[in-house]
Amino acid sequence: MSDKKKDNHVLEEVTTGEYKYGFVTKIETDQAPKGLTEDTIRFISKKKNEPDWLLQFRLKAFRHWLTLEEPDWALLHHPPINYQDIIYYSAPKPKKELESLDEVDPELLDTFSKLGISLEEQKRLSGVAVDAVMDSVSVKTTFQETLAKHDIIFCSISEAVKNHPDLVKKYLGTVVPYTDNYFAALNSAVFSDGSFCYIPKGVRCPIELSTYFRINAANTGQFERTLLIADEGGYVSYLEGCTAPMRDENQLHAAIVEIITHDNAEIKYSTVQNWYPGDKEGKGGIYNFVTKRGLCKGRNSKISWTQVETGSAITWKYPSCVLLGDNSVGEFYSVAVTNNYQQADTGTKMIHLGKNTKSTIISKGISAGKSNNSYRGLVRVSKKADNARNYSQCDSLLLGNQCGAHTFPYIKTENETAIVEHEATTSKISDDQLFYCQQRGIDMEKAIGLIVNGYAKQVLNKLPMEFAVEAQKLLAITLEGSVG
Amino acid sequence: MKENVAMEKEEKKIYSPSEEKFIRHFSDNFDEISRHDFPEAKRMRQQAMETFRQSGFPDKTFERWRNTDPKGIFPKNMEIFDAEVPYEKKLSEIFVCEVHDFESRIISVLNGSYYQAGEEKITIDKNGVIVGSLAKAMQKYPQLVKKHLGRIMPQQDGFKNINTALAVDGVFIYVPDNIKVENTFQIINILNKPNLAVNIRNLVILGKNSHLQLLHCDDSVNRHGGLINKVNEVFLDENAELELYKLQNLNDKTTLLNQTAIDQSANSRLKINAFSLNGGMIRNEIFDLMNGENAWSDIHGLYLMDQKQHIDNQVNVFHNKPGCTSNQLFKGILDNEASGVFNGYIYVKRYAQQTNAFQKNSNILLTKTARIDTMPHLEIYADDVKCSHGASVGQLDEEAMFYLMQRGIPFTDARMLIMYAFTDVIIKEISIEPLRISIEDMVKRRLRGDLSICDRCVLHCSHPDQPVIFDIDMNKI
Repeated sequence: MSDKKKDNHVLEEVTTGEYKYGFVTKIETDQAPKGLTEDTIRFISKKKNEPDWLLQFRLKAFRHWLTLEEPDWALLHHPPINYQDIIYYSAPKPKKELESLDEVDPELLDTFSKLGISLEEQKRLSGVAVDAVMDSVSVKTTFQETLAKHDIIFCSISEAVKNHPDLVKKYLGTVVPYTDNYFAALNSAVFSDGSFCYIPKGVRCPIELSTYFRINAANTGQFERTLLIADEGGYVSYLEGCTAPMRDENQLHAAIVEIITHDNAEIKYSTVQNWYPGDKEGKGGIYNFVTKRGLCKGRNSKISWTQVETGSAITWKYPSCVLLGDNSVGEFYSVAVTNNYQQADTGTKMIHLGKNTKSTIISKGISAGKSNNSYRGLVRVSKKADNARNYSQCDSLLLGNQCGAHTFPYIKTENETAIVEHEATTSKISDDQLFYCQQRGIDMEKAIGLIVNGYAKQVLNKLPMEFAVEAQKLLAITLEGSVG
Repeated sequence: MKENVAMEKEEKKIYSPSEEKFIRHFSDNFDEISRHDFPEAKRMRQQAMETFRQSGFPDKTFERWRNTDPKGIFPKNMEIFDAEVPYEKKLSEIFVCEVHDFESRIISVLNGSYYQAGEEKITIDKNGVIVGSLAKAMQKYPQLVKKHLGRIMPQQDGFKNINTALAVDGVFIYVPDNIKVENTFQIINILNKPNLAVNIRNLVILGKNSHLQLLHCDDSVNRHGGLINKVNEVFLDENAELELYKLQNLNDKTTLLNQTAIDQSANSRLKINAFSLNGGMIRNEIFDLMNGENAWSDIHGLYLMDQKQHIDNQVNVFHNKPGCTSNQLFKGILDNEASGVFNGYIYVKRYAQQTNAFQKNSNILLTKTARIDTMPHLEIYADDVKCSHGASVGQLDEEAMFYLMQRGIPFTDARMLIMYAFTDVIIKEISIEPLRISIEDMVKRRLRGDLSICDRCVLHCSHPDQPVIFDIDMNKI
């Protein structure tokens, strides 16, 4: 009896738990008019002083987008999105060139400290260079000097267009062409800003690069575009973390991330996503439609995706690896947590094209409340990919009898030397484990936390130190004791 | 207004030649097709055709057909065949069964029509077990048929609609409550004319606490192409038990669409073993609907494909009630340019607690040109469940090969041995001894390549009517 009472209490606590990071920063924004036409695109392009080739790229993408229909194959249900009711560009008004942190808008600094990422602290203590993206325009970039010493380019994509047009022109849209899918076409037409990083030949980036995205201002779709390139022998670990303020209306988010690794290069891309998931009635929340893809272009190159997905009302996200170079390696580690009415359809694609390519997929789904959590993944071994090796493991944990956990793997093998394995299990938290913990005096809530953390450990271990801490906190906030 | 819009849409729908052929055949021959029907069945046909007019046949854009192109499955100069085949000679004169020393009650379907002398077209024995033609059953036992026909098949696509609209005959089996049928029933389905497209509808009803062993063979006796579009509806009442063996050994030009739906009541037990040894294109769609508590099912399959053959296994298990257990195990070896698809699907409905569902698909590819697409999917809405699935694609274990060869076993034998061991897990599940031995033997021959060689052999051992022609290539002499 008392156990049940406690469970109910715990459940209540979790379901009524407020979104910690829900607040709105009042900063004047420079907005495009609502709706999407060629004029909107010209407006964005003009605002950003873009060269003509980029405007043409956007227009081409827009015209292609008009011919497409929104995909409906994912296990997601949401009211139709009115693309004409969205503001496609919003930027904090730049006051003047900034010399030091003191000159940054104090309100903005406050926002960051609320998020627990005070720039000053980060700068002094953790040695992480932060390229903070406030809505759509990069506001402040730190550690530029350290990076400059190694000839590493790390800036916003608009700056890169200005300062390194050749590089941007060479790589933009090569991994995710604007024809790729509906949301990729949309992003290519209206992308506002994002990060650009180029690691030159033989350079190991000495610090972990990080960028924080924040969706601010109501009705602003944010369309980042990230482009990371590691030239021969280069290495970088890149972190992306997100929180968004509380809003009633659904906000659309359609990003593109492109990664390219040349011979012997390696890129580690880690994400912690904690956007507003909507309230416990399923009202509001971010719609997150992201196209992330890495191309292992050179021999012996490696791309590793790690993601912790706890936020967003709708997640549509498949970070992929195209293993083109011989001996290249692709990895995907994911923890996706859904609660209340959240829906996640996420997974990966591993496309084996080169010889002796290897890929690993570890996906852990946790669903609670009335949420639905799907893993959808493709492993393809093409005719020429001799000796390809894949191992996939996709586990789902169900907390509560109102939620759903689904697994949709696709395995296509066209080469007889391939070894492909897929394993998956779905279950609830084992009563034996709970009993074991409780018997030893660990209360229900803590026991569940312990078990879930242990369950996700395999993935959390792959995160860089700073992120691992944040990720564990997020798991705790989203789930703490949400089952009995 | 709305009607107008619908009309316009319909007008805009452009039919492919094969779609048109089926639609025309239906409107031209409706009276002939529905000659055995009671009024409800007639209405069902019309409805199915109406749906078909709107949707047509599925194409590759359909999720369930994305790896099997339905375009190429219609034989050239296709003849839609639904006439009654008169009984002329014994079945054994047309067809020699591969399974030897096997006592069974043979039920045969020739070119889509129940093949038996007139008065024996439907029989009822002292226990009340009814076996016969579905067309006859519709006239003789309309209540029984009405209650079950067309009730359970989910996911109606173009092929199922065409079957409902056009199928005239098939096999009807009814086992009353508390009857355990001793004899194994063996359905033999044969095509012996070229370019036929036949629609067959089978209905199997098992009463409470009953038991039946059923062997369902699809064979072809010539080298002509054909299309068999079959829908099987199976009802298992409480505590009933069905063992269903499917043996598919067709020529390389024949397409078989085998669509089976099983309605399982509480405590019923279902065992399916599907062996696909040859066939141009075989698609087995199984829908296991667990509509009663504590139902149990084992669905196993083995496919051995070579040349340009294509096998597509779609296994759907719906856990609609708590406490059910299902096991899916499919294994396959693909040689030459053969291609395979496995789409396993487990659906656990909300509150279907204490569900145990397992699914496994293992494949061996022998050549660079063989390919396999495997999709073991789970969709789960209940939390107290144990579900797992696995899929693997690989080649013959090198270490095992080394071990055997090191001990003096030659390469070809070692390879055979390992392949045979791979298939053995499924074969040993067969509980009918002579059948197991025969299938074992067939699999062995198949692995050596004998069975398909038989197809290309000029001697036609199984079909003595055909002339023996030796093609002599003068250039080589």
